[in-house]
Amino acid sequence: MRIDCPLCGSRDMREFYYQGAAVALARPAPDAGEAAWDDYVHLRDNPAGQTRELWHHEAGCSAWLVVTRDTVSHEISKVALAADVKEAGA
Amino acid sequence: MVELTAKTPCDGLLPLSIGEAQLTEVAAGVLTSLTPLGDAAALGAALEKAHGLGWPAPLRARGKEGARCIWFGRDTALLMGPAPDPALGRHAAVVDQSDAWAVVQLKGPGAVAVLARLVPVDLRDGTFKRGHTSRTQLYHMSASITKTGADSFMILVFRSMAATLVHDMKTAMEAVAARG
Amino acid sequence: MRIAGKGLIDRARPVTFRFDGRSYDGFEGDTVASALLANDQKLMGRSFKYHRPRGVLTAGSEEPNALITVGRGAQADPNLRATVQEIYDGLEVRSQNAWPSLDFDVMAVNDLAAPFLGAGFYYKTFMWPAKFWEAVYEPIIRRAAGLGALSGKHDPDRYERAYAFCDLLVIGAGPTGLMAALTAARAGADVILADEDARMGGRLNAETGVIGDQPGHAWAMGIVAELSAMPNVRLMTRTTVTGAYDGGMYGALERVNHHAARREGVPLETFWRIHARRSILAAGALERPVAFQNNDRPGVMTAGAVRAYLNRWGVSPGKHVTVFGNNDDAHRTARDLAAAGVHVAALIDSRADVLVEGAEFPFYTGAQVCNAAGRKELEAITIRTASGEQAIQTDCLAMSGGWNPTVHLTCHMNGRPRWDAAIQAFVPVPDAVPGMIAAGACNGVFSTHACLKAGVDAAGEALSALGKKAGSVDVPRAEDGAYAMEPLWAVAGKGRAWLDFQNDVSVKDVKQAAVENFRSVEHMKRYTTQGMATDQGKNSNVAALAVLADATGRGIPETGTTTFRPPYVPVAIAAMGAGAQGKGFAPQRFTTSHRASVAMGAPMIEAGLWYRPSYFPKAGETNWRQSCDREVGYVRKAVGVCDVSTLGKIDIQGPDAAKLLDFVYTNMFSTLPVGRVRYGLMLREDGHVMDDGTTARLGETHYVMTTTTAAAGQVMRHLDFVSQCLHPEWQVAFTSVTEQWAQFAVAGPKSRELLNGLLGAEIDGESWPFMACGPVEVSGVQGRLFRISFSGEHAYEVAVPARFGASLFDLLVKRAEALGGGAYGMEALNVLRIEKGFITHSEIHGRTTAFDIGMGRMVSAKKDCIGKTMAARPGLVEEAREQLVGLKPVGAVRQISAGAHLFDAGAEAVRENDQGYVTSVGFSPDLGHMVGLGFVRRGMAREGEVIRMVDHLRGLEADVEICHPVFLDREGERVRG
Repeated sequence: MRIDCPLCGSRDMREFYYQGAAVALARPAPDAGEAAWDDYVHLRDNPAGQTRELWHHEAGCSAWLVVTRDTVSHEISKVALAADVKEAGA
Repeated sequence: MVELTAKTPCDGLLPLSIGEAQLTEVAAGVLTSLTPLGDAAALGAALEKAHGLGWPAPLRARGKEGARCIWFGRDTALLMGPAPDPALGRHAAVVDQSDAWAVVQLKGPGAVAVLARLVPVDLRDGTFKRGHTSRTQLYHMSASITKTGADSFMILVFRSMAATLVHDMKTAMEAVAARG
Repeated sequence: MRIAGKGLIDRARPVTFRFDGRSYDGFEGDTVASALLANDQKLMGRSFKYHRPRGVLTAGSEEPNALITVGRGAQADPNLRATVQEIYDGLEVRSQNAWPSLDFDVMAVNDLAAPFLGAGFYYKTFMWPAKFWEAVYEPIIRRAAGLGALSGKHDPDRYERAYAFCDLLVIGAGPTGLMAALTAARAGADVILADEDARMGGRLNAETGVIGDQPGHAWAMGIVAELSAMPNVRLMTRTTVTGAYDGGMYGALERVNHHAARREGVPLETFWRIHARRSILAAGALERPVAFQNNDRPGVMTAGAVRAYLNRWGVSPGKHVTVFGNNDDAHRTARDLAAAGVHVAALIDSRADVLVEGAEFPFYTGAQVCNAAGRKELEAITIRTASGEQAIQTDCLAMSGGWNPTVHLTCHMNGRPRWDAAIQAFVPVPDAVPGMIAAGACNGVFSTHACLKAGVDAAGEALSALGKKAGSVDVPRAEDGAYAMEPLWAVAGKGRAWLDFQNDVSVKDVKQAAVENFRSVEHMKRYTTQGMATDQGKNSNVAALAVLADATGRGIPETGTTTFRPPYVPVAIAAMGAGAQGKGFAPQRFTTSHRASVAMGAPMIEAGLWYRPSYFPKAGETNWRQSCDREVGYVRKAVGVCDVSTLGKIDIQGPDAAKLLDFVYTNMFSTLPVGRVRYGLMLREDGHVMDDGTTARLGETHYVMTTTTAAAGQVMRHLDFVSQCLHPEWQVAFTSVTEQWAQFAVAGPKSRELLNGLLGAEIDGESWPFMACGPVEVSGVQGRLFRISFSGEHAYEVAVPARFGASLFDLLVKRAEALGGGAYGMEALNVLRIEKGFITHSEIHGRTTAFDIGMGRMVSAKKDCIGKTMAARPGLVEEAREQLVGLKPVGAVRQISAGAHLFDAGAEAVRENDQGYVTSVGFSPDLGHMVGLGFVRRGMAREGEVIRMVDHLRGLEADVEICHPVFLDREGERVRG
């Protein structure tokens, strides 16, 4: 598998650290309540299809990436810098 | 006052010459990590003014032996050679890294073939040219690799891993040399 | 026997090798199989289950029978294929799965017991009693069945792995692959052409056909010569592409040195990881046998293999050859043999309405071979025609049930091939592997001319996807006949007709599976083991499916096919994991004091990737405890020196640095004065402790964070996460400076005295109080000094640029020794911190909270931080949780052991009664007994209680008293002294 890092180009997956769902970008407010925090920390969708994930280009440029991947075909349709995604408010 | 003596990271390990490839330690001078804080353009201008080197685009290194500015990852560049101008500190986090990295040069007609045994990125002549740089892995180690000449690469790994760097490079150099 | 004037072997270069101890002659260019056949040695192995005598079936990597072991001792390589192994002078080959010899194998008795050993035999027989399975049944079965054996020794051979990149990977160098590579290369694409054979050309080397005006093999050599002169082409012979993976990645095994004696430094094999923007699969086709009674007798082989031995290696596998097939292609074998002067005893075609024009040999149409005679060598066959059965004397039968396109790689990413009724075979579906185009015979196109054209067309398609323009390439003239065939899978009759030669699966086994209701192809496969051998059913799967389809009354497409998975051919683990043995397993990280520590005799222990000294033995000390006690004494009474450079150090700068630290630590860092250090606790978002360490404020917007050695990478990633994913608006920069600084703890009542001899300016309690930090001059070098302590003593950490580390360590140790102290290692460091109740990752192991370790009050109420909300969950703060305590032995047994569990006095030592566990232990020379840290339910309230410690693993039990985790100087007077 390869990930097209927006900074480094197409790279072998061995350079990346996998974190999990991109849900982690949307940290709730401290007083958001139990349900919101439970969702944020523990609950994850398990789709057969498109999913948004966070990967860290740990052995490359150190950028955190939001990778849109199809769990059935493994096709990666989009890779963006997490900082850009976060700043754009997603 | 007792004077402390300095040792280079590859002290006692290099140089190494196997087949058509030579591995030597590089006296790279001062290494400074630069991360822009605030206006990146202002940092570029300050770099240009003080050192004649602009801020490098991703995957590119500017300058030449003695004074380089190497892209070193997201929002990071490594100034190699000159002591950093104090003016840089107004626009960037300026961190001395002179002792943090083992810096070596791999040179020879077989250099690309040697690195193909260790590095998972495309370093062929046609795609990775002089002035190109990459943050990647050298076998299991995090590395910075820059093409510095027609058949020469500059490689940086953490200082503490210098012995493993030499071990891994030696293994690959031997295999390439033995194939002829 | 060798046929004069035939073959592409080099008759000027004779080669001698040994097979089962006997010497054989061959020529350069021979494989073990061709050379043995040339010497009329047909028996090459014994079968897996019944130990039936077997000869070679094929001429390629799909060979199921002729498996051999090459070499001796630790260098022995089992399960290589005689059809692939090239011969060289001194080569030593042994047959497998036979004892005492290939010729007389006692386990052949299995064959007589065959009526009892059919499909499902193991499942039905070895079910009871259950405990017999591991102890009795499995060892017996494993010894009786099986292929070659591993040596059991460390493999001394060198293997290698490597990466390659290209625009276009062409897999297979037959007519299709050569034309594809040529077309793409002429258009300027970077091409890798890989073929598993030593000689490129594919079937062209095995046939007599003409391309343009030259023999096919000569034409192929011409194309290879042109390609090898092009700088944008890389030719990889002896290289099998073994797998297709996501994102244009391919695995390939190059057999670098199997064809020659070992050469110093040259790897035996290289496992390539190839990234190709596009690929063309030109893997050709594999001929399938026909199942009939005793079709596994040595001398029965595929018709295409017989042609290959004749045309490529100048060998006829028999003196009186018969040919049996269901298609026109088989006729070529008879014609080529006759043309070469070999006696063709008969051509038998199962089709009724077929013409054999101008044949110089007897031929039978509408006929079938129904049995074979001869045990270790074929002697005769029985054929069945409209007029009845008759025997024909023959020592070689060339059979053909048609051809299967080599679709395997197209299935590696879950692609399912499609049934093509016209050729009675599975063909790939387009785009089964993104970016891969199947072309030529592997795509069901069988004439030479059509393959040449398919290569050009596929290259054109790939080039256009690459944004390159194909020039015009002429497709040369070549044979363009139709492929006419009628299905024939199994000849009706009694006895065992073999499908899977490697796993000894017969037609009867497959039918039995259907009878017992294993009707799904996946069930049949597992019940019979059809297709589960190392050839992955390459020779047998389609025929077995056809038999299953017939037995279940379904068509083949409805029956479906099992999945082909990587690797296409067996790959040694040694090749995939090449380089990862010994020093290649993981990088070794050495501190600047490493050489000095080793020179002082210190045993080094691994801490993550780092190597740290365990202790520094002195003359007269007989065990490590003596050294450790002495070193603890240095720190408690004089001064000790320890390299602490391995701790993670992260430089943090920027206007929002303080804000970030307040967010990642539970406690406040924005209020920390410049020139001071503070201990910090870091949580994961789920409320458990991630790491701890000290952070120094060097300037208004400049901090240096310390992490534990083990968590340095994790913390750096975490900080990146917070600043990029949660707060990209904060202006803050992180730089790892772990490697920049060599840092040494100087600890003990005489630590200041030691340092004052080195520092540019003397320090005292006022200028450098506890938790002070700042720049200093150390022996003329700019360094940093931190007054922090991990021992509870008056202590400092002094840092200098790493180039001076070795020198400073020597100096510090020398000065410490002059003051009655010296260097201390990890053992002493551990005792010192346990005595003070300081935690490490033994305590913050991922399941503990700030509350558990008695630091609940460090979670600031004034601000949010990572993990704060979740740490407040009732389950994470309830009183009944296990809390950090000190432990000391109070009974007759004076030991505590880490990992032991704790139980109420008098309670049975079982899980249900578990009260906690011991995390760290050491011997305190000051207290004269062992001290430990651990977690106990409601532990803080149970000080003074004596409980039961049981170490089930070490068989140790002791009474221990719960006490305060700080054993020494609870008021902290020494550290401020």
